[in-house]
Amino acid sequence: MDFFFIHLLNALLSAATLFLIAGGLSLIYGVMRIVNLAHGNLYAFGAYVTAWTLGRALAGAPTPLLYLALPAGAVGAALLGAVLEPTLLRPFYKRAEEYQLLVTFGLLMILGDVMHFVWGPYPLSASALWENSGSVSIAGNPYPNYNLVVIAIGGIAAAFLWFFVYKTRFGVVLRATSQNMRMASALGVDVNRMYVQAFTLGCFMAGLGGAIIVPSQSAVLDMGVDALVLSFIVVVIGGLGSLEGALVGALIVGVVREAGIAWFPEIELAVLYLMAAAVLLVRPAGLFGRAT
Amino acid sequence: MSLLVTRGLVKHFGDTHAVDRVDFTVREREVLALIGSNGAGKTTLVNLISGLLRPDGGRIVFQDRDVTHLSVHGRIEAGIARSFQLVNLFDRLSMLDNVALAIFSRQGKTRKLMALADADRAVWEEAIEILRLFGLEAKARVPAAGLSQGERKLLDVAVAYALRPKLLFLDEPTSGVSTREKAPIMDTITSVVRREGISAAIIEHDMDVVFNYSDRIVAMHQGAILADGTPAEIRVNEAVAINLLGTTHA
Amino acid sequence: MSTLAVAVESRSPVRRLVWAMPVAAALLVYPWVASQYQAMLLAYGLVMAIAALGFNLLLGYTGLLSFGHSAFFGVGAYTVALMVKYLNVGSMELFLVGAVVGSAVVAGIFGFVCVRYTRIFFGILTLALSQVLWSLAFKFFWVTGGTDGLRVPTPMLVGFSGGKTDKIEFLAHAYYYYVLVIFFACVASMWVIVSSPFGKALQAIRDNETRAEFVGIQVRRYRWVAFLVSGVFTGVAGALWVPLNGLITPENLHWTFSGKIVFMTVLGGFSAFAGPIIGAVLYNYLEAYAVGNTVYWQFVLGTVLVVLVLSLPTGVVGTADRLIARWGGRS
Ligand SMILES: Nc1ncnc2c1ncn2[C@@H]1O[C@H](COP(=O)(O)OP(=O)(O)O)[C@@H](O)[C@H]1O
Ligand SMILES: [Mg+2]
Repeated sequence: MDFFFIHLLNALLSAATLFLIAGGLSLIYGVMRIVNLAHGNLYAFGAYVTAWTLGRALAGAPTPLLYLALPAGAVGAALLGAVLEPTLLRPFYKRAEEYQLLVTFGLLMILGDVMHFVWGPYPLSASALWENSGSVSIAGNPYPNYNLVVIAIGGIAAAFLWFFVYKTRFGVVLRATSQNMRMASALGVDVNRMYVQAFTLGCFMAGLGGAIIVPSQSAVLDMGVDALVLSFIVVVIGGLGSLEGALVGALIVGVVREAGIAWFPEIELAVLYLMAAAVLLVRPAGLFGRAT
Repeated sequence: MSLLVTRGLVKHFGDTHAVDRVDFTVREREVLALIGSNGAGKTTLVNLISGLLRPDGGRIVFQDRDVTHLSVHGRIEAGIARSFQLVNLFDRLSMLDNVALAIFSRQGKTRKLMALADADRAVWEEAIEILRLFGLEAKARVPAAGLSQGERKLLDVAVAYALRPKLLFLDEPTSGVSTREKAPIMDTITSVVRREGISAAIIEHDMDVVFNYSDRIVAMHQGAILADGTPAEIRVNEAVAINLLGTTHA
Repeated sequence: MSTLAVAVESRSPVRRLVWAMPVAAALLVYPWVASQYQAMLLAYGLVMAIAALGFNLLLGYTGLLSFGHSAFFGVGAYTVALMVKYLNVGSMELFLVGAVVGSAVVAGIFGFVCVRYTRIFFGILTLALSQVLWSLAFKFFWVTGGTDGLRVPTPMLVGFSGGKTDKIEFLAHAYYYYVLVIFFACVASMWVIVSSPFGKALQAIRDNETRAEFVGIQVRRYRWVAFLVSGVFTGVAGALWVPLNGLITPENLHWTFSGKIVFMTVLGGFSAFAGPIIGAVLYNYLEAYAVGNTVYWQFVLGTVLVVLVLSLPTGVVGTADRLIARWGGRS
């Protein structure tokens, strides 16, 4: 039973970061109808910024300060997103999907090398926080406290987003825009502003995902490309454009990955991709998506 | 002789009874006008018969064969073709290509990967012939996207006609066309239909056009058939006068 | 009959061959005038051109954007590598047969699933399925060599082995011509396919799926055949690529490699037949140049891509066509 509990915690752990990345991707798609192939690199960017802040700038600082600085990556990714949307993406909203995908693919390549240039080719780590946080004993095995913090942050982020999207005026406008951009625009919504806000929020989420992962794993250059495909699986299962879907999709993927690592490591990823394909076939709009 | 018969055809969209237990008939060798105000269910009826939509109930019989569950492809092979209310063309292909494609498809040649389309002179000659029939041959090489609204409407009809159907459904072939252009378009369509000995069911709003060109008129209202008769009968039909003519400009 | 003459004769193949002949001649003499390195580089470009040509049957002619063509390229390449490893085969012709069969099977299955969707869903589905193969190649290292990949020796060409010739010499000459012949064959057959009634039907599907259905074209079935043909062309490219590169790794199965194929095609222009060919060759030079000159070559390529899409959406060939047309119109 306790053995099961540890697996469950690990599943929640990977679901927490996945939800943040995939939720951001899905939010951006829901509002702007753009699949951002560079999204994974915004996650990686968040990881690098936090790794640099905690591991270099604040090396040796006391743990509470490190916790306070943890969201640096989220803020960094949000700022980057706020610059990218109006400059690079905005010219493409009226163009065919192919071009939107290609521009974000170009952005993926560019961002990858920008990080390479700024932080070098080697992994950047900031494990102090993870080490300083200690561990609890679960079933006689030590379990890192920091992992529990990540799970908590994932949960809080989900609750916060739910509140944001369903209980605030901003959320009302956001949902209206995602359902019908033209009508929202006719009703006086500043669509350009809405887009930049939604994109920034989506990038913030990806950056937060990167930020919280970095004390337990180093930031590496490939992490964005890999994370993007995993979050694709999440949003395809949950439904492109749906935050609830991203949450459920992240939980499903988290559980399958954990089970896969334990019992079928060779085909763990293949199973995930096949699951995504199967969901698309049975319910093209995903488990929570609206048919469009 | 009936060419096409529907029995109790039904289609709902949520609470809207777009087509409500319709018994509709098209006879051989006739030009039939299907009239009714906007939202009466005319387009939906054509969508059901042509296979774009699946009915919620009822049967469709074409030449004594039940086609209710046949694919679009199967219905075209059986001899039912249609044009569209909102023009539906291959915009980047030339006019000639648009028509030729229908001919290739009719002849089962679109399954050929290793033959040059341009080498099949018979097809291109037929395509030119059809464009000429509709008075469109001058712009044969112009992409469909670059045509006027009237030309596009006609081309849409020509593409359907190129399938050599036995029954041709035309959904508002003259809408969006100036009044002056309407008569030549209808002249062309009806003369082609009569000469080939096929049938056409034409959805039309302009009552002058309807009375001038059709052999028979079917009037729809709120998803049901309101009246069915010759132009002379429909002219004096009270239900039509109240429900339809009162609301149109005729 | 004059209208017909104008309409059909003006696009006769003879006019195009006028353009193609000098290019073909240049390709034939190239290894004699250029360095071995340059000849090999061009061979890489021609191989990628075959892949992009196949890819563009879907994008340019059928209107489907695949983000999973790495799957077919990789299957073609791994088929060769596995034939070497397990069957001890060395004949390039057998490799090509194997790659055609392998990629046809995979494309047949993937296509069956994918052609139910269009637009972004099609893209994501192809991506997800190609990633299945990537993860298998990555994890089943005892079969595929994992990230180390599999090595492939120089093959026998029509029964002749390179003998004692130097490997580079072999690739820059004999193998270059082998690639060139297959390239010509692929270009010619693709040209026939897109000019066939079937090719017209695909373009009709691209322009208007509903109307295509209503002229009697069974849209899904045609898309599936297009998918299959497209996959096989890309698979052949994969098979030709391995001996040139000497090594195949899961990288060529990864979705980012699919992205490169898309990139090449858009670079050349997906609305023109020659677009993917020119795009692939250009991309190949661009990448070789960027990789040779900076570690930040991805930055260079990414910037080119963004600028390209912003300023030349019809690609190099599309833009050249327009310029020529405008120039011709004025004079
Ligand atoms: N795809 C659809 N979804 C929902 N409602 C529809 C759809 N198509 C038609 N309708 C409704 O069905 C009714 C009949 O429409 P239609 O057949 O287009 O009428 P007509 O062609 O006679 O103007 C209308 O109320 C219309 O709003
Ligand atoms: Mg209508």
